[in-house]
Amino acid sequence: MSAPTTIFRRPEALRDAFTHYCPGCTHGIIHRLVAETLDELGLRERTIGIAPVGCSVLCYNYFNCDMQEAAHGRAPALATGVKRVLPDRIVFTYQGDGDLASIGTAEIIHAANRGEKFTTIFVNNAIYGMTGGQMAPTTMPNQVTTTCPRGRDVNTAGWPIPVADVLAQLRTPAYIERVAVHTPRYTVQAKRAIRQAFQYQAENRCYSFVEVLSTCPTNWGKTPNESVQWLEDVMVPYFKLGLKKSPDRPPVE
Amino acid sequence: MPKKLMKGNEAIGEAAIVAGAQAYFCYPITPQTEIAEYLAKRMPEVGGVFVQAESELAASQMIFGAAAAGARVFTTSSSPGISLMGEAMSYITAAELPAVFINIIRCGPGLGGILPSQGDYLQAVKGAGHGDYKLLVLAPSTIQEAVDLTIEAFRLADKYLNPVMLIGDGLIGQMMEPVDFESCVKPPRLDCSAWATTGCAGREPHIVKTLFLDPNVLEERNRRLKAKYERMAREEIRFETYGCDPPPDLLFAAYGTTARVVRTAVDRLREEGASVGLFRPISVFPFPDDALRQVAHQPQVHNVLVVEMSMGQMLEDVQSALQGRRPLHFYGRGGGNVPAPEELIDEAKKLLGNGHGGKK
Ligand SMILES: Cc1ncc(C[n+]2csc(CCOP(=O)(O)OP(=O)(O)O)c2C)c(N)n1
Ligand code: SF4
Ligand SMILES: [Mg+2]
Repeated sequence: MSAPTTIFRRPEALRDAFTHYCPGCTHGIIHRLVAETLDELGLRERTIGIAPVGCSVLCYNYFNCDMQEAAHGRAPALATGVKRVLPDRIVFTYQGDGDLASIGTAEIIHAANRGEKFTTIFVNNAIYGMTGGQMAPTTMPNQVTTTCPRGRDVNTAGWPIPVADVLAQLRTPAYIERVAVHTPRYTVQAKRAIRQAFQYQAENRCYSFVEVLSTCPTNWGKTPNESVQWLEDVMVPYFKLGLKKSPDRPPVE
Repeated sequence: MPKKLMKGNEAIGEAAIVAGAQAYFCYPITPQTEIAEYLAKRMPEVGGVFVQAESELAASQMIFGAAAAGARVFTTSSSPGISLMGEAMSYITAAELPAVFINIIRCGPGLGGILPSQGDYLQAVKGAGHGDYKLLVLAPSTIQEAVDLTIEAFRLADKYLNPVMLIGDGLIGQMMEPVDFESCVKPPRLDCSAWATTGCAGREPHIVKTLFLDPNVLEERNRRLKAKYERMAREEIRFETYGCDPPPDLLFAAYGTTARVVRTAVDRLREEGASVGLFRPISVFPFPDDALRQVAHQPQVHNVLVVEMSMGQMLEDVQSALQGRRPLHFYGRGGGNVPAPEELIDEAKKLLGNGHGGKK
């Protein structure tokens, strides 16, 4: 019998650690895609990641590269500070939807608009996970959370903010794509997008942003399987997946 | 280079360049916008970074990122902007990073006005942000001193791995005075290779963070910060006395531009034969309370008069330093009004009695 060959292993850019994420939470899959990308592009040793405030505040326990932890919503400001003084390094922010689309809206819009040469991984799970399931700017219409116990009322809370689509409106060149990771097929797409985002940064081309639809079984009050189904049935039709903007396709004047 | 006539704001900008600042992040606000305008020209000339941020919240958090990446960084603002920077000050102190904040104070509260004030003293020395933290705070009273202390601020930020704040009332930013950069010494580059996030090639990853969920770990960090502040109190006390030898009957206490007005009043009163002197704190955190006590508790000193461009803020520090052992008086102007020497002479005379000091 021939010697066994390794066909699947932990990327070097991930540490050997126990996860604190809940069962069925897709934060972990997204971590892995980022880590695989850093490995494949050979970027790990010159990368500085910025952790948000949210369930992924502890992502520095998993990413095996230099990390900073930002105040809630300010990761793009930290990333700007790092990238401006170390322009030859690779910088990424990893942010949840409360962090990026609520308290940090100004920071993300202006970082994107300045065309800062870093990458943002935006984890949209339609809820505030860490604080126990409050309404996020991305919470779906009629979705029940602890702060909209009768469901999100779009008349008073507005409609979910489609961040990738909003940022794509800016004139400044950028790479912007929305993906999902709740099935293997989507995950393959997501990996390609995340790799593309870091590739553009490595080429010093533009700001790059990947919105990833993610599950939160714990605060959605669903099993992992129900969560996958709900994401597919409710989130995917609203948050349209796909490429929103590319530096290779400049807007038509 | 001979002395150069410069506006305070521009001199502060140049001082930061002389100090080797590598990056500056800002948001415009009167009366300090000239610092940003000056540095928009100068930073690129010296290969430095200049970024106009979207807000003071962002500017001050860019400071966090750049400082944690090992750069010598600073920002400047005025009162309403400094309030927004309180968040970053707390985080930067918690992460033990060096950075310099400069507040050219305008009158408040609220939008207030754009004229000079010292109304942010308590915010500076007690903390604009949350949590158990302090800044080292320096208060210049001339443009030359603003230059010297700006450079010193960068050295001290490195020494303590703690943000340092320079507070100047609007006059410090707007006045023009001759300044000399020749004798300025650029602080040596800080070795931050043990903690800066620059990419982990050849070493274990560095993590710069402020979340510590274990109470014992966090308490230990709180204690470490406290030890820093105690060391500052031993090593960084700065003050000046004027007309205090022999001890005066009436001792003024004032800082910043106000202290210059007091000096004029002291000169005129002394010409009239009055026994008056001035104690001027230069470091306001740590506050020179021992030094103040040593002057004020001499038997010849009968009254202490605090003068500020506020409704009484440094007054609290003077009060706690004097421990109630001398009658303490206060004269303050607000709204952007600067006290005139005549007002201070009148106030002094009320306390000195007709004999102009000593002979009551
Ligand atoms: C200034 C500030 N306000 C509020 C909080 C409390 N807080 C912590 S995490 C969080 C929401 C995080 O939600 P999200 O960004 O969606 O991340 P998730 O946990 O869902 O991944 C909030 C409001 C805070 N830490 N700081
Ligand atoms: S609370 Fe939600 S987002 Fe947070 S780890 Fe659990 S499932 Fe994931
Ligand atoms: Mg969320």
